[in-house]
Amino acid sequence: MLANAWIIPLLPLIAFVAIVFFTNRNQKLSSLISIGAVCLSFVISLFVIASVLKNPVASEFELTWVDLPGFKIKVGMLIDPLTAVMLFVVCTVSMLVHIYSVGYMAGDPRFSRFFSFLSLFTFSMLGLVIANNFLEIFIFWELVGLTSYLLIGFWFEKKIASDAGKKAFITTRTGDLGFIIGILILTTAAGTFNFKEMFHAVEAGHIPFGLLTVGAIFLFAGAVGKSAQFPLHVWLPDAMEGPTPVSALIHAATMVAAGVYLVARTITIYLAAENAALVVAIIGCFTAFLAASIALVQNDIKRVLAYSTISQLGYMIMVLGLGGFTAGSFHLYTHAFFKALLFLGAGSVIHAMHTNDIWDMGGLYRKMKITAITFIIASLSISGIFPLSGFWSKDEILAVASHYHNPIFLIVGVLVAGMTAFYMFRLCFVTFFGQPRDQEKFDHAHESPKVMTIPLMILAFLSIVAGWVGIPWLKHGYCSFVFHHEPHHVEPNFLLMIISTLVALSGIYLAYAMYYKGSISPEKLKAKFAFPYKVLYNKYYFDELYHAVIVNPLLKLCDFLFTKLDVGVVDWLVNGVGNFTVFLSDVKEWFDSRIVDGAVNGLAYVTKGIGSGLRRVQTGQLQNYAFVIFFGLVLIILFKLS
Amino acid sequence: MTYQLLLPQIFLFLWAILIFIIDFVRKEKKHNLAYVALLGIVITTVLVLTSQKGELFGGMFQADSFSAYFNLIFLLTGFLTIASSVEFTQRLPSNKGEYFGLILLSMVGMMFLASAGDLLTLYVSLELTTIPLFVLASYRKDEFKSTEAGLKYLILGGISSALLLFGISLIYGLTGTTFLTEVRTTLIVRFLSTGNVGPALVLGFIFMIAGFGFKLALVPFHMWVPDVYEGAPTPITAFLSVASKATGIAAFLRVFFHAFLIFQVDWVMLMAVLAALAMIIGNIIALLQTNIKRMLAYSSIAQIGYILLGVVAASSRGVSSVAFYTFVYLFANMGAFITAIAFSHKTGSDEIKDYAGLSRRSPALAAMMAVFMLSLVGIPPLAGFMGKYYLFSAAIEQRYIWLVVIAILTSVISLYYYLNVVRQMYFQTSTEESPILMGAALKTALLICVIGVLLLGIYPNIFLNFANQAAMVFHY
Repeated sequence: MLANAWIIPLLPLIAFVAIVFFTNRNQKLSSLISIGAVCLSFVISLFVIASVLKNPVASEFELTWVDLPGFKIKVGMLIDPLTAVMLFVVCTVSMLVHIYSVGYMAGDPRFSRFFSFLSLFTFSMLGLVIANNFLEIFIFWELVGLTSYLLIGFWFEKKIASDAGKKAFITTRTGDLGFIIGILILTTAAGTFNFKEMFHAVEAGHIPFGLLTVGAIFLFAGAVGKSAQFPLHVWLPDAMEGPTPVSALIHAATMVAAGVYLVARTITIYLAAENAALVVAIIGCFTAFLAASIALVQNDIKRVLAYSTISQLGYMIMVLGLGGFTAGSFHLYTHAFFKALLFLGAGSVIHAMHTNDIWDMGGLYRKMKITAITFIIASLSISGIFPLSGFWSKDEILAVASHYHNPIFLIVGVLVAGMTAFYMFRLCFVTFFGQPRDQEKFDHAHESPKVMTIPLMILAFLSIVAGWVGIPWLKHGYCSFVFHHEPHHVEPNFLLMIISTLVALSGIYLAYAMYYKGSISPEKLKAKFAFPYKVLYNKYYFDELYHAVIVNPLLKLCDFLFTKLDVGVVDWLVNGVGNFTVFLSDVKEWFDSRIVDGAVNGLAYVTKGIGSGLRRVQTGQLQNYAFVIFFGLVLIILFKLS
Repeated sequence: MTYQLLLPQIFLFLWAILIFIIDFVRKEKKHNLAYVALLGIVITTVLVLTSQKGELFGGMFQADSFSAYFNLIFLLTGFLTIASSVEFTQRLPSNKGEYFGLILLSMVGMMFLASAGDLLTLYVSLELTTIPLFVLASYRKDEFKSTEAGLKYLILGGISSALLLFGISLIYGLTGTTFLTEVRTTLIVRFLSTGNVGPALVLGFIFMIAGFGFKLALVPFHMWVPDVYEGAPTPITAFLSVASKATGIAAFLRVFFHAFLIFQVDWVMLMAVLAALAMIIGNIIALLQTNIKRMLAYSSIAQIGYILLGVVAASSRGVSSVAFYTFVYLFANMGAFITAIAFSHKTGSDEIKDYAGLSRRSPALAAMMAVFMLSLVGIPPLAGFMGKYYLFSAAIEQRYIWLVVIAILTSVISLYYYLNVVRQMYFQTSTEESPILMGAALKTALLICVIGVLLLGIYPNIFLNFANQAAMVFHY
């Protein structure tokens, strides 16, 4: 069974090719092909996870791709419990999103194209998950980035959407720059691309500690870009311009988790390079707090969820940095379901209301019961309320953080948990309860069709029970399945559970008091904390900062290089040399006119005249070019002979 | 009978003459001579593939796996150029037939050059390559820009030939020979007996690099490129950007890796700096271009920077990666130019902004252009990724980490302008809805390019092996 796991990514690829080349004119057939492929992949992934559960060891399958003396590239699959879980998550969420999209994208003129992109994405993401070496993971890493770009800009008629796509691609590529440097450093040091061989080399201490640390930090840059961690987090909120199913699949459940997956996959390296791991933990912790604080005051339902995603990813990154392999991957698994549900729920609301602004909504519970209830279930789960799945995974994270000698990670972790509960229920109360704020839109609102609500219900079910496999009292639960070297069993810590639950409940209560009962006025708070509110509302001005510090100077530099250097400086040099010659000839002229007679004088005049005439005919450019050749040559000679 | 080694070159030369004669005799439908030229190229390709290895005239002429590899590059580029010129020549008011003859003549020069084992053979073949190109660049005599391009190319080409000759004369002065093998042994003997070879050799290197640098469009010898590329007929621009550069690469490798590899301390660092300059300047200025031909001109300057990574590595893997990337670059760059040709035939425009909505007008053409652009960036699994990866790994192997970092950084910058074309085609709309129609020759050429880009990315083994064999010619 396992040796055939490559069929899982292959099926969506076939669907992609089939849609692009054959069925793109037939919308219904295209969507059926796409859904059929991902459903089959899902079924096979169930077999894979069953087989790995039965025999939880890592199996590897490999082929030689490029074979030259001294230069070999291999491709292969590594299937271990982590991969099996990821295959299951990606296939499940992707399948549900595919089905949901039939309803959400109905009537779109590029319906077939949308499904072909979804298939391409699913192929790339599954390929990323089963890759067994750095080069292969990098290839799929770039492919998911490309499909993400295509899907964010799917509604390219909106300039804001195509800009967002570009921003996402370029920002993540900045991280990838570090990623590829990290790969080059580590693979050169270890002499292999293969994960397992590299981990053996790391554990045997074959890689010098300094090189390992630097390599690990560069590698992490890739994760920072993909998983939208500080300071490259700015692209994810903008990516919300894409269709909502895309946000659910790519920008909540799967692709953005690829960074977390990368750190989890290479945890051996981070366990060996403690300093790098600390960097990972700090970045994760800082991002978790930063994003949660921004989410407190945003008004666009999808942007709140986007910041929430960034914050939760920060959580996972933090705990991986603290060495919590099981906890990090477990939260990745539970988060995929409830966050996909939140996005699909938000999509259902947007589909009904045609707006993203929560202050145009209100009272929707009466009209959209299924959407509202499933959305609240997901909110409870992400807030970490017993006994939903988010409770168990968050508890694992806090338990790992509590074992760290510095309490800062635990404190921030608990604080973020409270903030999460607050902003999620702020959304719930404002959107689904109270009075309708925009009566006209409210009157037109209706519950979404079954093809959309059934995926919501399935995800709601998973948001409740998916975490139960990780209940700490279970003998053979998640932590005895996905672990690093030996099962890492954190003792259930009741005090921590109670504290985190209380914090979450108080967050929910605060949201209730402010946005349902109205006993605390948000307006007064806003007025009282005007400055912090403004800073948060403007997302700490990161976009403005990046524009001022990076984008604009870069554009100016290009402009400078082009206009000043290529045209200006060269002109200046040519003119300078020319003027100097003229000056010399002036001196000479003056000198000559006293000594030699006017005939010579006239010759100098004619030469000058021809020179300037020629310059006018050739617009001076050819001279410039020849000048640059010679000037460059002189510089090179000086450089080489000095 | 050893003259058989010359058969491909002689055949192609005679074929070119044949075209001139037919052109002279026939009165009409001269653009159909394109098919005659294509047939000649196909036959020559067969001759190259079946030809034997060996040397002639005491080593002046080398027929080896290196020359065979580069000959294939020249032949393929010529094939694609002529295939994409059919419609262009149809529209020419006169001189339709000579056009193809001149391209074939230039290719004969290139094929001689790839086999040059002697500095004078090399110089003469280089001139034979370039002189037809001067004429071709100014072929649209009715257009100011085209004649201007031809004139600029001629004058600057003359200057660069002078520089190259000066470099050659310095080497000749030092060694008393122009045979590369003898140059090499004389220099080694001199070096072993006196312990140094003096500044004249370094000066010789510099002038020869300047001469080749013109062909390669290395910064600071690149100034002619944007103007000439923009002004020349687009098929000729494509030919210049690929075949002419491959000529420079072949010449550089022949001379520097055959004769001067032992003195690499004197030139490798210089090439590394020039590579860095090319990548930085080429990519940054390309960002600002609004005309597709100018954008591709600057992008080709940057691409040469990447190719030089393999030269700088000065190893067998380095040369092999250079040879491989030249093929990769051929497919992607020719593809991009052919798309531009098809587009401007229909719309008369070379502006990138006019590519808006191309994905709706001609989905297949837009998809292929996207593939070419992404390959030039180096996005996996396209050929560009495999080629860049191979180049980078060769440079890393020789510990040129800083250069690879610059290369990766500038690749990220290049993403912006290559992607801009994709963005225009896919994410912008236009009122124009009519599809871009193409003739069969143009379609075939495009298809060859797109298959090449995909094949070299997904299954590069065959070409990598050829490239590797070509690299085995030199002794490291």
